[in-house]
Amino acid sequence: MNHFDQEIQALKDRLLSMASRAEASVRNAIRALVERDDELARGVKGNDDQIDQIEKEIDEQAILLLAKAPLATQLRLIVSATKIARDLERVGDEATTIARRSIELGREPQLKPYVDIPRMSDMALAMLRDALDAFVSRDTAKARGVIPRDKEVDALNRQLYRELASFMIESPATTTRCLHLMTISKALERIADHAKNIAEDVVYLYEARDIRHAEREADPG
Amino acid sequence: METPTSRSIPAEDALDSESPSRTSPPAIETKDLCLSYDEAPALRDVSLSVPERQVTALIGPSGCGKSTLLRCFNRMNDLIPGVRVTGQCRVGGQDILGDGVDVIGLRKQVGMVFQRSNPFPMSIRANMAYGLKLQGLRNRVEQDRIVEESLRAAALWDEVKDRLDRNALELSGGQQQRLCIARAIAIRPRILLMDEPASALDPITTMRIEELILELRRDYTIVIVTHNMQQAARISDRTAFLYLGEVVEFDRTSRIFTHPRDQRTEDYVTGRFG
Repeated sequence: MNHFDQEIQALKDRLLSMASRAEASVRNAIRALVERDDELARGVKGNDDQIDQIEKEIDEQAILLLAKAPLATQLRLIVSATKIARDLERVGDEATTIARRSIELGREPQLKPYVDIPRMSDMALAMLRDALDAFVSRDTAKARGVIPRDKEVDALNRQLYRELASFMIESPATTTRCLHLMTISKALERIADHAKNIAEDVVYLYEARDIRHAEREADPG
Repeated sequence: METPTSRSIPAEDALDSESPSRTSPPAIETKDLCLSYDEAPALRDVSLSVPERQVTALIGPSGCGKSTLLRCFNRMNDLIPGVRVTGQCRVGGQDILGDGVDVIGLRKQVGMVFQRSNPFPMSIRANMAYGLKLQGLRNRVEQDRIVEESLRAAALWDEVKDRLDRNALELSGGQQQRLCIARAIAIRPRILLMDEPASALDPITTMRIEELILELRRDYTIVIVTHNMQQAARISDRTAFLYLGEVVEFDRTSRIFTHPRDQRTEDYVTGRFG
């Protein structure tokens, strides 16, 4: 491995360490919600500050590497790394939103048993993990497999919205709690979007093929 | 540094926490160095400190004085008639411009590699042993040890170990250049000056030379003149941008190539002139 390869590897390692922090944030935020653990929720915010810091370091490192005129896969990797880092930073932000709302929800009795939200969280985290595995193992088939799963999370989010809207109509006193849960549901839906973005970046990285917005182009109507 | 001029490197920039130079004096230091060829100025008030065991790149358009500056560091300019040098230039803390300086001794400390590889028309082994013999080392076993060590350091040993008695001119261009680097380090200099060492080589061979430079910086102070800015970005820790004989900017390479302070540096590195 030459010196430049080592620097590229260091960038990838930093990205993966950022990814594992982002995943942990989401997991902890959902656990904090389910277990009504405010301490755990507050820890998510601290972790997010570190995620933000890593994003800045990755961007700085990427700029320096680009100045060295990398080409082909190395060029795409550096550009993809900054995009993936941005998605992971947003994942961290969404986890912070979930943690904040879980603290609010902890102040009132639980509205209903949490079933769909942990399920959405598992789905979004699995998408994130698979997209990152695909990044590490250069497995574009796996990355492509992540993309359609976003629709399943979207569907669950819509289903939860309908259910929570019914709650609010039937019992306006639940409105605040329902709105918190809607925000959490939306945050998980966005995490799945970020996982999908990362998967698309992985395909671009290893196949040099831009598959973003493919559906829209195929079906302009 | 005493009373630095506006063009001298700021001390805080010269000494990063990761830099070995925090505790070491600069390998090379110039102050108000001026040089002219037959009254035509080529260097104007150059003041800079080259940190030890780092790679310092000199960049700038043709005729800006970067090769001239490089050649001051081992007094190669002495060989050119009509040269006049004023100011200070210190290598390892010693003034090297005075009349009483042992120039041969200086060049043992400050080795040089040129743009065109220039092996002597003799065997690889003889090329390598040449400087050692000049230094009075006659012991063949010791010679062989240093030859092997230097060829290994130049990442050439594995390619030539079975043909040390073949003519060096049979080697490829990249191998010849690595041989010249090996020959330069065989006499244990502290500093290596390189004047566009890869400009005549193909991209793959260039990459090997760049890798070699990155390895050698652990043990040597390297000053390299290059026209290839990406090469400077890849291999150097510090970069000096020279223009019309002046050092316009001297800073960490990462700074020079991402947000230079001087507009002229910005214009040069983005290809607006030069």
